[in-house]
Amino acid sequence: MRTSPDAWAAVRGRPWEFLASWWPWRSIGYLLTTVPVGMTVLVSLVLLLGVGVVTLVVVVGVVVLAAIPRVTGGIGILERARVRLVLPRDDGGAAPTLRERLLAGRGLRVSWSEIGYAVLLAGVLWVVDALVLLFTITTAVVLLLAPYLVRFDTLGMLGWDIDSTREAWVAFGLGIPTTVAAAYVVTGVACGQAALARLLLDPPEHRLVQAVADLRRSRVDLVGAFETERRRIERDLHDGVQQRLLALTMTLGRAELDVPEGPGLDLLREAHEQAEAALEELRFTVRGIHPRVLTDHGLAAAVDDIADRSPVPVDTTIMLPGRLPAPVEAAAYFVVSEALTNVARHARARSVRVRAWVERDRLVLTVVDDGDGGADPASGSGLAGLALRLEALDGTLDVHSPPGGPTEVRMECPIDAG
Amino acid sequence: MRVVIAEDVALLREGLAAILERAGHDVLAAVGDADALLAYVEHAEPDLVVTDIRMPPDFSDEGLRAAVAVRAAHPEIAIMVLSAYIADAYLADLLDNAPGGGIGYLLKDRVGHVREFLDSIDRVAEGETVVDPEVVRQLLRRRRDDGPLAALTQREREVLALMAQGRTNGSIAAELVVSEAAVRKHVGSIFAKVPIEPAADRRVSAVLAYLRESG
Repeated sequence: MRTSPDAWAAVRGRPWEFLASWWPWRSIGYLLTTVPVGMTVLVSLVLLLGVGVVTLVVVVGVVVLAAIPRVTGGIGILERARVRLVLPRDDGGAAPTLRERLLAGRGLRVSWSEIGYAVLLAGVLWVVDALVLLFTITTAVVLLLAPYLVRFDTLGMLGWDIDSTREAWVAFGLGIPTTVAAAYVVTGVACGQAALARLLLDPPEHRLVQAVADLRRSRVDLVGAFETERRRIERDLHDGVQQRLLALTMTLGRAELDVPEGPGLDLLREAHEQAEAALEELRFTVRGIHPRVLTDHGLAAAVDDIADRSPVPVDTTIMLPGRLPAPVEAAAYFVVSEALTNVARHARARSVRVRAWVERDRLVLTVVDDGDGGADPASGSGLAGLALRLEALDGTLDVHSPPGGPTEVRMECPIDAG
Repeated sequence: MRVVIAEDVALLREGLAAILERAGHDVLAAVGDADALLAYVEHAEPDLVVTDIRMPPDFSDEGLRAAVAVRAAHPEIAIMVLSAYIADAYLADLLDNAPGGGIGYLLKDRVGHVREFLDSIDRVAEGETVVDPEVVRQLLRRRRDDGPLAALTQREREVLALMAQGRTNGSIAAELVVSEAAVRKHVGSIFAKVPIEPAADRRVSAVLAYLRESG
């Protein structure tokens, strides 16, 4: 048998499946618990309001009245939990928990819709629920038990007096469709009330905030997945093609020893040189995808590695507490790599300083050269792509390059990203 | 010469073995990880160990640590370490444990140049220190502004880089296309500028004094 995801879906589904399911019982449970909860809320609100207003003259009342949003917030949490009895699928996203609320203290703004819901619950909902339960359940139960109850006394039912066994069995017959109808009524009321609660407790703007948070997380995930993929490609190339090419150069080297001087050896040497050129090119490509030294030894070693290959002398000062998350390390590495490439190509600089440090849980990295400046960050597509990548990690990339220099590339990125 | 090879990539392991065997060396074993290397060295006591740096299980520096362990237990065994990329952090570990037989540190690409590679192997077996020219070049570039080599001229640095490979004055002269007398003059001024450990081979010492410090 299929199981419905929530009571509302069950009501709209096949009747026999609905009736055989737990949903009518859960709905009864929901409405039944509304009664004591609503009564308690009523008493609490009246007390708070009463005491608050009375003591307002001695200022204490302000504190008492200010506690109302806290209380209604607590009610909201209880009610969100109770709504799951009938609508378990939570499409509203996670509201702050009681603990978060207590920790946040006054930081959280007053939620008028929560107060409104509490008033509604205290004043209307529990009374309605009590009446619905009383009417539907007693009617159904009395009709079904009529053949038994009639032995003791005459039963009065909406102006119909049941006093014979025959009439009692007719009542029993009517009791069956009445029970079915009662199940629908109870579940319908429960669904309506739960939907109302959810609307007031998890208003649409809250869902929007949640959606934005989800979106942000998925974007970070995407950057992470991208990074993982790059590493995989790097590993495949390094462990596969690169080793094969290396083995090829070894074989060619061996063959050179055995082949006598002449055109054959010349061709062999040419092949050897080509294989080495291919290996060099592959190594360069692999480094551009994801350098092995970054994976193995972290950002400082990898930056030293690029600095060593730079034609312009580079002074590096990397002060980090330890390894950073992989996406942050990779972003920082490529910023340095791109910045140093640009310096070598355009800046006519005599020296470059690369600095990196952590400041208030953010990685700050600067690349400053003493060249002519005037660099246009928009024209450097490499840096623009890196800026996008950093944006996904909630980081920033700024290029400051007045004519005459110096040019500063500054990257900042929270280190808890990813 | 009795050699043990440690290299995890089967293709390269076989290539290395073939090259060494062709040169007349006796390849006792070619193993795929550091533990097997250590076990085999205990068992067979070779003259030379040729090992990759990255090896299973973690692919970090198992081969290097194995080399250091071999050096500690059997200082007389010469060691040639191969690396897929330049990582001078490894070099200090190796050189700090240097007393004993020869030590070599070459990039794997160098193996393709079979004659040079075999020459390096022989020099290491004779107790010399051979450092890959690319590695030396990089170290020299990094310490441009400070350290004992700051006073060296560009040409002197080039000469020192070639010395680090264990080359003779004649070979250096040929490489730089200068006269041997000019090389001798450069070597003399390097020795004057770089602090030298007395009683050591001056050529090796000049290189090591610098390399140790920069690790």
